[in-house]
Amino acid sequence: MSLLSCKDIGISFGGLKAVDGFSIDINQKELVGLIGPNGAGKTTIFNMMTGVYLPTEGDIQLDGKTIVGKKPYDIVRMGAARTFQNIRLFRDLTVIDNVKIALHHEIDYGLFAGILRGKKYDRAEEKAQVEAMELLKIFEMEEYAEQKAKNLPYGKQRKLEIARALATNPKVLLLDEPAAGMNPQETQELMDTIHFIRDHFQIAVLLIEHDMNLVMGICERLIVIDYGKIIAKGTPDEIRSNEQVIGAYLGS
Amino acid sequence: MTEKRKRLVINISLILSVYVILFVLIKLKVINRYYEGIMIACLINVILATSLNLATGFLGQLALGHAGFMAVGAYTAAIVTKTVGMPGTLQLLISLVIGGIAAGAMGVVIGIPALRLRGDYLAIITLGFGEIIRVMLFNLDITGGARGLRGIPKLAGFNVVFWVCVLVVAILYAVTHSKQGRAIMSIREDEIAAEAVGIPTVNYKLLGFVLAAFFAGVGGGLYAHYMTVLDPKTFNFMRSVEILVIVVLGGMGSLTGSIIAAIGLTILPEALRSFSEYRLLLYSALLIVMMIFKPGGILGQREFSVQGLLKRLKKPVVEGGEE
Ligand SMILES: Nc1ncnc2c1ncn2[C@@H]1O[C@H](COP(=O)(O)OP(=O)(O)OP(=O)(O)O)[C@@H](O)[C@H]1O
Ligand SMILES: [Mg+2]
Repeated sequence: MSLLSCKDIGISFGGLKAVDGFSIDINQKELVGLIGPNGAGKTTIFNMMTGVYLPTEGDIQLDGKTIVGKKPYDIVRMGAARTFQNIRLFRDLTVIDNVKIALHHEIDYGLFAGILRGKKYDRAEEKAQVEAMELLKIFEMEEYAEQKAKNLPYGKQRKLEIARALATNPKVLLLDEPAAGMNPQETQELMDTIHFIRDHFQIAVLLIEHDMNLVMGICERLIVIDYGKIIAKGTPDEIRSNEQVIGAYLGS
Repeated sequence: MTEKRKRLVINISLILSVYVILFVLIKLKVINRYYEGIMIACLINVILATSLNLATGFLGQLALGHAGFMAVGAYTAAIVTKTVGMPGTLQLLISLVIGGIAAGAMGVVIGIPALRLRGDYLAIITLGFGEIIRVMLFNLDITGGARGLRGIPKLAGFNVVFWVCVLVVAILYAVTHSKQGRAIMSIREDEIAAEAVGIPTVNYKLLGFVLAAFFAGVGGGLYAHYMTVLDPKTFNFMRSVEILVIVVLGGMGSLTGSIIAAIGLTILPEALRSFSEYRLLLYSALLIVMMIFKPGGILGQREFSVQGLLKRLKKPVVEGGEE
């Protein structure tokens, strides 16, 4: 059984059919790329997978359970975490608090324990501190822990968003153009990090990218969409030589 | 841990010394009844402003009916004391809690529909709520109608008001520094991102808003038992605006900022008594000046602390880069 599976999902905005008959099966620990030109519907697919949009047709299952109609905060607890194309950090909070907020459900004390600040509070907060620091370490960001997120350089903000998503302990990580705005060297580093995350945390990764050369190197499987429809799927080599894909990219 | 303990000791000794000094000054009659009254007004405004800051500064929801919650707490607490009648501090505390719960319950009733929606619906709904409460106070028998509610036992003096105020601020501080507080702030920062990392946003919006309403009710209860008469006119829209101005001026998301601004903005109009008709003008001017020169308020989102001050004094560093 696959971890995340979409069956014929579609959504319309007014007259526009943004996504139509999209299906995908992502297995455990798989690294899959979702590519397509601007406006193809990639982000919209993420939004349906994470409960931001309600698909007008089709079904999405995570670990065998349907997530259609569930709230984003329930879906993330079921194991699908995401980042955003236009970075959405808690800008005025510290880097470490950004991560701790995503650890919310792991931190185990109630409102009154939080007010009384007893042993339980201390222990849980200390544990959260350690866990959050460990995640920051993976991205070599420990020294930024107490800085406000908005003061981070752009590339670090993108990484923080991934660290924050990982803090929710996902089974599948959905990354929406994580390399957007990065220079080639930062991009290469990031791709290595993504590979490392997959191996280290043993999770599946679905990666959106519109520059297809970027993902060729690290994804095992690619799905190409254009105008909301799948136009090709297969290994990077198969995609590279696919006429329709070349057409879509040249046409855009 | 030792750091935390040290901070606790410093804060407690600081509060105790402030209390002792004020207490002695009152006993020595250096602080007369008039000044004592201003002090109590300051403390009550601290409660109202810090609680509103939770909803508006930390949670990021504009609420325009804080005087309404204050009124619900004031009248409920007063009616409880008047009907149960066993004077004493315990009686006061019980009625404060009941007043707070009544205000909090109102918060639930108007918060559930308003907070489920994204956007500034809360501002409009709380605005309406404040007006409805005022109209009800004018027309109900149990609240004494336009004549107001009289003969409330004077159970609240400087001592009680001071310690309740300390307790409220301490609780709010603890809440804002807990995982619940972080969840509340994440909603202010980015509601969509908060949901995407697992924060049940509706619940936490409700929590922040209802806690704010609860403590406004407690503040109202203190007010009732200090004033001994309640006039429905005092709980109007302008009262809500006054509290909001304190929050904005002190800094959205800074409890210590609210404390400083509450004291300043309570004393200032008293000091400029002869200009009292121009109070609103003064407020507006102050706000405009503030928005131009320091849009984040006096303290921004930072908290004032003695340790922080000492650290700064020890090494006068080029801080830079903030705000
Ligand atoms: N909320 C919405 N309301 C109306 N139209 C929408 C909405 N969200 C997306 N669309 C439309 O759906 C189409 C797909 O948009 P989407 O953002 O998914 O593209 P994308 O593949 O992520 O593109 P990009 O590479 O530019 O990020 C676009 O035509 C877009 O205008
Ligand atoms: Mg997109």
